[in-house]
Amino acid sequence: MASVLRFRKLCYVESAVKCTSVGYESFEIDEKLDKKEEDVLSANNFALEINKKRKQPKRQPKEWRCLDSCCWIIGYLCTTWWLLLFFYHCFPVTLLRVPELPGPGVRLKREGLTALHPVVLVPGIVTGGLELWEGRPCADGLFRKRLWGGGSFTQIFKRPLCLLEHLSLHYETGLDPQGIRVRAVPGLVGADYFAPGYFVWAVLIENLAKIGYEGKNLHMAAYDWRLSFQNTEIRDHALTRLKSKIELMYISNGYKKVVAVPHSMGVIYFLHFLKWVETPPPMGGGGGPGWCAKHIKAVMNIGPAFLGVPKAVSNLFSAEGKDVSYIRAMAPGVFDSEILGLQTFERVMRMARTWDSIVSLLPKGGEVIWGNMDRSPEEGHVCDFSKKSHSKTSLTTNNVNNSDVKRGFLVKDLANYGRIISFGKPASILHSSKLPTSDSKVFSRTSTSENFNNFSCGEAWTEYDEMSRQSIQNVAADKAYTTTTLLDLLRFVAPKMMRRAEAHFSHGIAENLDDPKYNHYKYWSNPLETKLSDAPDMEIYCMYGVGIPTERSYVYKLSPNSRCKSIPYQIDNSVHGEDGSCLKGGVYFADGDESVPVLSAGFMCAKGWRGRTRFNPSGIATYIREYRHKPPTSLMEGRGIESGSHVDIMGNFALIEDIMRVASGATGDEIGGDQIHSDIIKMSERINLGL
Amino acid sequence: MSSLRRRKPINESSDSKHNEEEEDEDHDDVDADGDDDVNGKNKKTPSKIKKKRGEKPPKQPKWSCMDTCCWFIGCICIIWWLLLFLYNAMPASFPQYVTEAITGPLPDPPGVKLKKEGLEAKHPVVFVPGIVTGGLELWEGRECAEGLFRKRLWGGTFGEVYKRPLCWVEHMSLDNETGLDPCGIRVRPVSGLVAADYFAPGYFVWAVLIANLARIGYEDKTMYMAAYDWRLSFQNTEVRDQTLSRIKSNIELLVATNGGRKVVVIPHSMGVLYFLHFMKWVEAPAPMGGGGGPDWCSKHIKAVVNIGGPFLGVPKAIAGLFSAEAKDIAVARALAPGFLDNDIFQFQTLQHVMRMSRTWDSTMSMIPRGGNTIWGGLDLSPEEGNSCAKKREKKNETQIADQAGSENAVCKAKSANYGRIISFGKDVAEAPSSDIERIDFRGAIKGHSAANTTCRDVWTEYHDMGFAGIKAVAEYKTYTADSLVDLLHFVAPKMMARGTAHFSYGVADNLDDPQYKHYKYWSNPLETRLPNAPDMEIYSLYGVGLPTERAYVYKLSPHAECSIPFKIDTSADDEDTCLRDGVYSVDGDETVPVLSAGFMCAKGWRGKTRFNPSGIRTYIREYNHLPPANLLEGRGTLSGAHVDIMGNFALIEDVIRIAAGASGEELGGDQVYSKIFNWSEKINLRLDEEIPVHSSR
Repeated sequence: MASVLRFRKLCYVESAVKCTSVGYESFEIDEKLDKKEEDVLSANNFALEINKKRKQPKRQPKEWRCLDSCCWIIGYLCTTWWLLLFFYHCFPVTLLRVPELPGPGVRLKREGLTALHPVVLVPGIVTGGLELWEGRPCADGLFRKRLWGGGSFTQIFKRPLCLLEHLSLHYETGLDPQGIRVRAVPGLVGADYFAPGYFVWAVLIENLAKIGYEGKNLHMAAYDWRLSFQNTEIRDHALTRLKSKIELMYISNGYKKVVAVPHSMGVIYFLHFLKWVETPPPMGGGGGPGWCAKHIKAVMNIGPAFLGVPKAVSNLFSAEGKDVSYIRAMAPGVFDSEILGLQTFERVMRMARTWDSIVSLLPKGGEVIWGNMDRSPEEGHVCDFSKKSHSKTSLTTNNVNNSDVKRGFLVKDLANYGRIISFGKPASILHSSKLPTSDSKVFSRTSTSENFNNFSCGEAWTEYDEMSRQSIQNVAADKAYTTTTLLDLLRFVAPKMMRRAEAHFSHGIAENLDDPKYNHYKYWSNPLETKLSDAPDMEIYCMYGVGIPTERSYVYKLSPNSRCKSIPYQIDNSVHGEDGSCLKGGVYFADGDESVPVLSAGFMCAKGWRGRTRFNPSGIATYIREYRHKPPTSLMEGRGIESGSHVDIMGNFALIEDIMRVASGATGDEIGGDQIHSDIIKMSERINLGL
Repeated sequence: MSSLRRRKPINESSDSKHNEEEEDEDHDDVDADGDDDVNGKNKKTPSKIKKKRGEKPPKQPKWSCMDTCCWFIGCICIIWWLLLFLYNAMPASFPQYVTEAITGPLPDPPGVKLKKEGLEAKHPVVFVPGIVTGGLELWEGRECAEGLFRKRLWGGTFGEVYKRPLCWVEHMSLDNETGLDPCGIRVRPVSGLVAADYFAPGYFVWAVLIANLARIGYEDKTMYMAAYDWRLSFQNTEVRDQTLSRIKSNIELLVATNGGRKVVVIPHSMGVLYFLHFMKWVEAPAPMGGGGGPDWCSKHIKAVVNIGGPFLGVPKAIAGLFSAEAKDIAVARALAPGFLDNDIFQFQTLQHVMRMSRTWDSTMSMIPRGGNTIWGGLDLSPEEGNSCAKKREKKNETQIADQAGSENAVCKAKSANYGRIISFGKDVAEAPSSDIERIDFRGAIKGHSAANTTCRDVWTEYHDMGFAGIKAVAEYKTYTADSLVDLLHFVAPKMMARGTAHFSYGVADNLDDPQYKHYKYWSNPLETRLPNAPDMEIYSLYGVGLPTERAYVYKLSPHAECSIPFKIDTSADDEDTCLRDGVYSVDGDETVPVLSAGFMCAKGWRGKTRFNPSGIRTYIREYNHLPPANLLEGRGTLSGAHVDIMGNFALIEDVIRIAAGASGEELGGDQVYSKIFNWSEKINLRLDEEIPVHSSR
């Protein structure tokens, strides 16, 4: 029976193929053949009825075959699918489940750990969900549905333009546009999964629950990550709500202090909160100077972007990152085509530039931290990671090679990480004396009358449209930009955005922290321009992954000009360094967790706040916990339990264990103090910052 | 198939002969169906031919049944996908367009209408969901519930109930002794607006109200869903989850962040009692209460807008506790006898349900309060003279005028004794009280436990009772609200011991008695005073015009091991006295009788009474039930049913106006369709502060 079926199936497949491939010619021949056959049949005295039936639908049977077999195949597939699905559901759950490694929660529960300190989770940029409360007619039926994160992103494919419109903020104010209200999804569901199956906080939450955490002592401080930090308070009272939640948890859990676990941008958001809560009312939360000492036990920063991320630069400058530029290199024309009039990048850029929060991620601390034209703290870093990921087995031999490469490489080719943006490869390598000096006077706009493509590309307007060709070329002629000049550059290319955002964020280093101007909220999220609060018992942890190449600086080029391509710059993905160089596809890499370089994540804990410094007057204890990245060994492991990458680290068992131990009462010394794999201490020492 | 074969010769000419042969065979087969020598002729493919035998002569002879099936399924799939694709490609406003094309333009939803009037969000809004409608999720469970972490056990899709029913029942049950979590299981309420916006997909609870409030500018920072674990007793929600503290803190936060504007609280169903408890708790001093001080309520609350509030309990709760059934189940049992009762699969559904629901303390908060004073004695009840006109009204709305005439005639002839909430046998229910011989059950010996060994899984307290006890219960014949509580004590002593520690069902004689400081009295409006908040307003919003369970006729069920010994006598019917399928019904919203929902606002709290010493103003807003005109309307915008009323446009409009700052007078004061004021008059409850020498009237 089975063999017969298979045979039949083959026949159908064959016929299906023939229907399409042989085409009409064969059909005509078929017809003739048909007739002949029919003659023969009738001659053989077959029943007339059958003949009639055959003749009437003459054409039909042939057309039918193809459709029929299609139907048949689909039906066949569907039936098997349903059968399998049915069996799948019939199986007991335990049978099918991949024998998972028992998470740290189970093990620690056996050790006898129980929930002690309430835990506050502070999500980072992008991972928090957003839902619609009021929208334009095009967003009909999406009321209180997620526009971003959580469920599926199907709406993006269904009505992309509508979505972009709703996710954008007002370009002038950085708040809601008229008639649109998009708000953060509150509660744990706000950021447990970013997309179905793509966890963010879910693993951590699950493990915490194992030792007794639940709704009353676990809180997700969801906020609208598009807004500037102070604006979340002005519009949504997000900071007040967080304060009230922390106070409530502190009281209702028997006066146990709170352990805060911020991630990524949440780290600087929480830094802002700590400052805000102790500041007197009109601008701050009025909690009084002892609030942090009273309510907070530890701040466990995961993948902290204390000093910003270079990725934010490329995002703001040309709406692309490493990944995008790779794709562009592989399939040129996909993004750049204008056939559908989509102008994807322009629209994305326009949306992203309305988000103040991205500006908070621009590198902070200027040349002191990130290095100048010729020097950078990461100098001498060797990029062996690209190989490592390819051949894990030959790790030992690799190491030998590395040291060789290191020696040779150090002499001949230094990556100038300090030049965050350089135009053309030579500009990124040459000594600074050979480069044209970057003079801020260049950044004066030539007359705006030269606007050349303003009229036809109205919809996807970006500030680049207001720049003249001349000034665009002037920018490129300046060759290389460090972190300090970069800010000037951004002010030049996007003056309105920077004017709006710089009312909320500052990127410098404070000379004198007692200067009354530092009471303004725009300095609160910059660790180099605020003092930590007076809470000597508090602990600050910097927990991040290392061992993954992380974007550090870029080689740019002018993009080929066309009318509606209003982003005039793009990453020069044709630029590759030699073997062992950190330059690949126009991007210089340094050590980090794929998004945040080690320098940004670790410096404050390693040096800026270590001991009693001017940034940390009360001597809050700091600990660095680094987790070396190990890719998942098999597909079954999903995103890995030892991953070090920016988001996947939230599933890293070692990190989860650390958090749980601290949450159930351990101090930093009890969990082992510092745990360092990278060169962060050495790098920090090279940074010449008065403490 | 044959065309394929016919085409083959072009490519493979050598096969042509063979193919033609087969073609011949095919036709042979068709013609000579039943010919014996067919088998002899076609030795190559006997199996194929055998299979084709017995089928009708097919057009395409080679198509077997399997193929046809597959083809058919394929067709359906393709059509399905096509429709799905079209559906997804369809603009979202299309269904509305169709509806409007058929029924004419829909009225604007109240949110849109009021926005045009210029209303704006003013007072923050707090929702307090009722029993059953709030979602519950799993935080820690047994092995059988693996993979359900933070998934909804209650509310949402209920998919797990069908997949692993016993596991589900185990996790939804509480500890029989403490009324708290069983060891190793933590089920917690879902928090946030999602907790109770939809009960099941497409079945809204708060969603419509939320959507309409959002139209005039409400959003997450001005709305708060006070989700709590509705299975627990009210005080236990504080003990276990600190829910009351959280509500207090959140209300304070709402007031602070909205410029000092007081909140409007909107409790629904059991949430009404819960919030009553909260108001008392928040002002009580710290160890037992929230320590908010004596003016917390007047500082933070503008109005309490009770929707369908069972202030004085619901008779339905009795049937649920007594025999795990209600009208619906009883009817189902009558329609398909034996379906629910058979033990073939050892489902014992009702017993499991009963065991589960008896561990929930909250169900005991809904037992009728106020005893015979409120609910009537053996012969008298406030609703006396009620006719079941409403039921008929549904059938022919046009003849209301005629009915009004006939109503009176019917009522005079016979009236139901609503006071007898449970009676054994229809004759008992109708007989005058003097004719009933009752044997007191209270002292009865329960006898040795029956069937304790075989029913290990579904132990209910009935198994402790023995035959003598069951008999004694039936001998007492009829129970009023007073004796009901005793009855429950008798049949389920453990449950009631737990319940009476948290709830009380009486009427207070002297409210100054220090015993009333205990939290078990806080949710009973007849045993507490309202807070001292003269500016506050209390609304009672409920639907009328639906038959609502009020009293039951019971019978002993044919005895079988492991079963519940009592059941509603579905054979008892009486058109004149509103008796149908063993249930007497009165006016109400299908769950809560008008008396329970309206009495406190109509009389108990009206003006300055001893229950309302500061004279908080009360308003009654009734909404007459009109079923949806057609299927497209879904659950209707004029419904008065207990849950569906949350989609009633008139109610939503009232709520929005209150939230936007209107007072009760501006709303139009009372709006009454039922006889609630008449009935309240008949209730002889002292409302003055001083203790009278003898009760008047």
